[in-house]
Amino acid sequence: MTRYIISRLLQLLPTILGIYTLAFFLMRVLPGDPATFIIGVRDDTEAVDNLRRIMRLDEPLLNQYLGFLGDGLRGDFGRSYITGQPVSEMITTAFPITLRLALAATFFAVVVGIPLGVIAALRRNSFWDNVSRLIALVGVSIPVFWLGIQLQILFGLQLKWLPISGSSEFRHLILPAITASGGMLALLTRMTRSSMLEELNQDYVRTARSKGLRERLVTMRHALRNALLPVVTVWGGSLAGLLSGTLLVEVIFNWTGMGRLLVQAITTRDYPLMQGLIIVLALLYAGVNLMVDLLYPLIDPRIRYGK
Amino acid sequence: MANNVVVLEGDALGVRRRSQWRYAARRFFANPLAIVGMVIVTMALACAFFAPIIAPYEANWGDLGRLYVKPPSPEHPLGTDDVGRDIYSRIIYGAQISLKIALFSQALGVLIGTALGLIAGYYGGFVDSLIMRFVDVFMAFPLLIIAIALVAVLGSGENNLIIGLAAVIWPGVSRLVRAQVLMLKETEYVSAARLIGVRDGGIMLRHILPNLLTPLIVFATLGTAGVILSEAALSFLGLGTADATTPSWGKMLAESRAFIRSAWWMPFYPGMTIFLVVLGFNLLGDGLRDALDVRAR
Repeated sequence: MTRYIISRLLQLLPTILGIYTLAFFLMRVLPGDPATFIIGVRDDTEAVDNLRRIMRLDEPLLNQYLGFLGDGLRGDFGRSYITGQPVSEMITTAFPITLRLALAATFFAVVVGIPLGVIAALRRNSFWDNVSRLIALVGVSIPVFWLGIQLQILFGLQLKWLPISGSSEFRHLILPAITASGGMLALLTRMTRSSMLEELNQDYVRTARSKGLRERLVTMRHALRNALLPVVTVWGGSLAGLLSGTLLVEVIFNWTGMGRLLVQAITTRDYPLMQGLIIVLALLYAGVNLMVDLLYPLIDPRIRYGK
Repeated sequence: MANNVVVLEGDALGVRRRSQWRYAARRFFANPLAIVGMVIVTMALACAFFAPIIAPYEANWGDLGRLYVKPPSPEHPLGTDDVGRDIYSRIIYGAQISLKIALFSQALGVLIGTALGLIAGYYGGFVDSLIMRFVDVFMAFPLLIIAIALVAVLGSGENNLIIGLAAVIWPGVSRLVRAQVLMLKETEYVSAARLIGVRDGGIMLRHILPNLLTPLIVFATLGTAGVILSEAALSFLGLGTADATTPSWGKMLAESRAFIRSAWWMPFYPGMTIFLVVLGFNLLGDGLRDALDVRAR
């Protein structure tokens, strides 16, 4: 187990290097020179040259890259072109807000999706089974930003039950969390249902039933436990969708998280901020995938790695 | 009839006679959801190709004479927007740009991904590791974020959108193709072809590629649903087509956000359109997967 964890952590190194490298070169394909861009249209060669020196743009590309790696790996992504604030500071402020939304969305997807999948599998072709199919189909097809706007109109403007923007109180969390959970909810529901159906056909379930265990125990303690492993696997895959969904939802509900920051970086062409955000988002994604991989052996003792 | 749960024994690798396609077609048409998907996709394509004939108004013709924002009426079945343009017509014209970008980027991504996947799987060794490391790096990012970053850096506009979206499509295709090639190149007919002296290029294109067709068709159809969503998301974030007058569904939705208090129909219909078309591609893709009996995704 320890060996598995270590080897999995080592695998992360090239990924991290790749993320930084891609982010570096992504910003290098920019047409034009960043220094000229910041100084603006004023034809001030001296200022541009000065800035180029400060930004190390006069050095060879390899030096720039190594300097970028050195700073970046320590969490220094430079300063925002627009506000002059360190990018890392801006991201640190926005991060918890995005995290809260992502966690709430995940919570909602798990709490609704898994029970719904179980019920759908136990009562095939019932009302709830149809509901689960509908959610699975709609969830992957609906544009999150549109769903968000419709929920705002219905629950915020028509019924006036919930606020449509802001991120300070719990009430503010409900609509964005439901909106952002769409894709994951669809996936969890569908996977739980099919995985549960498969387990219910296994011999051990028949054995458990034939020795007179109550149905509840058979399904919940025996079948569900085994059914959850593939669910966890696909759940890891749906996190990318959740992350991008969360960013869009922030824009719609005026959350001051990383999504808003990203849009701000795009509209103001604030490249250091954009670069920092892309790196942090990719690192987050890689980190969560690592966590999911490390979770498997805990859920399924049959899996032993590192042998 | 259990038509849509029939699982064919055998594999997608073997020789497919023409009758196999007929069986697949029969399975496909026995599945009502697949037909719904096909109808939606066909309608969307028809809108894109024949927009000037179908749409009652021009995309940018604004009825400035009276109140600009008008609720749905017989004259304007889906209402008008803030400058009096007919939303129904704009949605029809919007199909042009949304589908063009989705289909072109999907085609480009599948082309690049297939080529790289074929080479990686067939030659193995160093080339394989090199290509697959690139794939891994791309897959390490949440894909929409790469697309956003690329388009933000390249600048908006149709071509850059297509490039940005294709850049996130190819890694998945490469992985799929490589896995298939690894299996296919061990088959007897490939060994036979090699024995009689067919060159590598010939084996890849004439013997392996045709067998990749069915998984690729399914992958590309389901993928198109995702690309339409991504394109709409990019347009929504202001990274869509540069041309201000070209209607796109994502852009219409973005522009409508200021009017959700006064004109519900402005965000409702463009978003509903995206939803339905994406649903259509998903249903069509699911139907094709079941009918052709492939496991993509």
